Amino acid sequence: MLIKRPADIRPSEITDESIYLNRREFLRAAGLTIAGITLGTAGPSSGWAAGYDDLVKSPLSTDEPPNSWEDITTYNNFYEFGVGKSDPARNARDFQPLPWEIAIGGECDNPRTLSYEDLVKPHAFEERIYRLRCVEAWSMVVPWVGIPLADILKRFEPNSRARFVRFTTLFDPKRMPGQKRRTLDWPYVEGLTIEEAMNPLTLMAVGVYGRELPAQNGAPLRLVVPWKYGFKSIKSIVRIDFTETRPTNTWSAEIPGEYGFYANVNPNVDHPRWSQAKERRIGNSAFAPKQPTQMFNGYGEQVAHLYKGLDLARNF
Amino acid sequence: MNTIRNPSPLFLKSLKVAVFALCLLPFALLAAGAFGVAGYDLGANPVEALIHSTGKWGLKFLLITLAVTPVRRLSGLNWVIRFRRMLGLFAFFYLVLHFASYALIDQRLDLGAILEDIVQRPFITIGMTALLLLVPLAATSTKGMMRRLGKRWQKLHRLIYPIAVLGVWHFYWQVKQDTLEPLIYAGILAVLLASRLFIRRRRARVPVAVPGHG
Repeated sequence: MLIKRPADIRPSEITDESIYLNRREFLRAAGLTIAGITLGTAGPSSGWAAGYDDLVKSPLSTDEPPNSWEDITTYNNFYEFGVGKSDPARNARDFQPLPWEIAIGGECDNPRTLSYEDLVKPHAFEERIYRLRCVEAWSMVVPWVGIPLADILKRFEPNSRARFVRFTTLFDPKRMPGQKRRTLDWPYVEGLTIEEAMNPLTLMAVGVYGRELPAQNGAPLRLVVPWKYGFKSIKSIVRIDFTETRPTNTWSAEIPGEYGFYANVNPNVDHPRWSQAKERRIGNSAFAPKQPTQMFNGYGEQVAHLYKGLDLARNF
Repeated sequence: MNTIRNPSPLFLKSLKVAVFALCLLPFALLAAGAFGVAGYDLGANPVEALIHSTGKWGLKFLLITLAVTPVRRLSGLNWVIRFRRMLGLFAFFYLVLHFASYALIDQRLDLGAILEDIVQRPFITIGMTALLLLVPLAATSTKGMMRRLGKRWQKLHRLIYPIAVLGVWHFYWQVKQDTLEPLIYAGILAVLLASRLFIRRRRARVPVAVPGHG
């Protein structure tokens, strides 16, 4: 059991993004002067939008340069806060994630409803820098903070009938104004096979850039499944159920001809209305070329074995 | 009131210059955004912003152009017709920019990919069709061509109706899920097209009514 003492100062209180990106160089250059100055004034902060410390680095992280905080937090698909890309940042401004409860049930021996704090407390937070590929043919690189999903799920002891995991987003039109219109069949639901959910890449993210998740990115906790199109990475989760049958995910229920259950990133299978062969990396200039999309978003080594013998053109 | 019914040539000329400048404003802002001038930018996905914005401005100008005749009939201000050509050409201008943003900036003139899109993706097929149909209208928009084509000019320029329908349809088909915005365009287009039937019927009724008064 890892017992963490609250640090005197959290990284987000002193670091901005550019320094965060070059933190080793920064620390080397600055020495201990900064720490010496700030230790005396800053106490441990409580509540949302504080930072994390002692993040475990992961060998699964990419060394591609991450997108800016600005790009990651202002260009979002989160219809619960509006359908435009800039709507969530605007409409989620007053969203207070805490207190938050997550109900875990279905085919498991230890179903429970937990507070957000009790759900994450037993775990160490990792930094995972992942590529994110949206089904709309754009991509980013995001430095997530999170917990391997498998570590969380095991605590609820899924039984032998647990073949799938279903996730459900909060439904609360007062706090999520996009839900006042039926743009999707609320609440948003997503699903994974149990093998996909237990894969070491699959992350329950609770932060980005060393801080708690902004509301527009799915506070307080969201899924990150980096080899699948972004819509699989469901945000603001309130329910997790182990199921025997395959759950119906929201987008494939809305437009079954365009969005499937698997939604693995695949440059060889086009969306009916656009090509998936290339992607536009957000943050590049308007005149930069698109880049080729990689099979499984470049995570084939970790996940290709999950789909042996599966026709990926049919099971898109 | 009289200056509005019968504006002086100077007034009309100044108004034309002002409207011209106003029509260029979206282009100026987009150009500033694309090149990062004066603190403007196009957000996280500038290419998408360019394509969407030019497309919507093109459609808006198509609808404004189609509104000229109903406004003229309903208000009796005949001089508004003198703005129709300019507004129509601005629609063409923004739709050419829309295609250019897609072909030059997004696809980087990858002819294979562009052709594949046009052939395989129905929403691009109809958008491309609408733009191609618009070319002869822009080419015959001069006074000389109007004179040369005579009665056929009007017939040719009725193509604007199917073009507008295809354009709004292209927008409707392109959006992922929330169709509210394209439906607003479709609603405005429906009102503009219906107003023509209404005007025609009213005009047709007039000669019938005359003998009764005699």
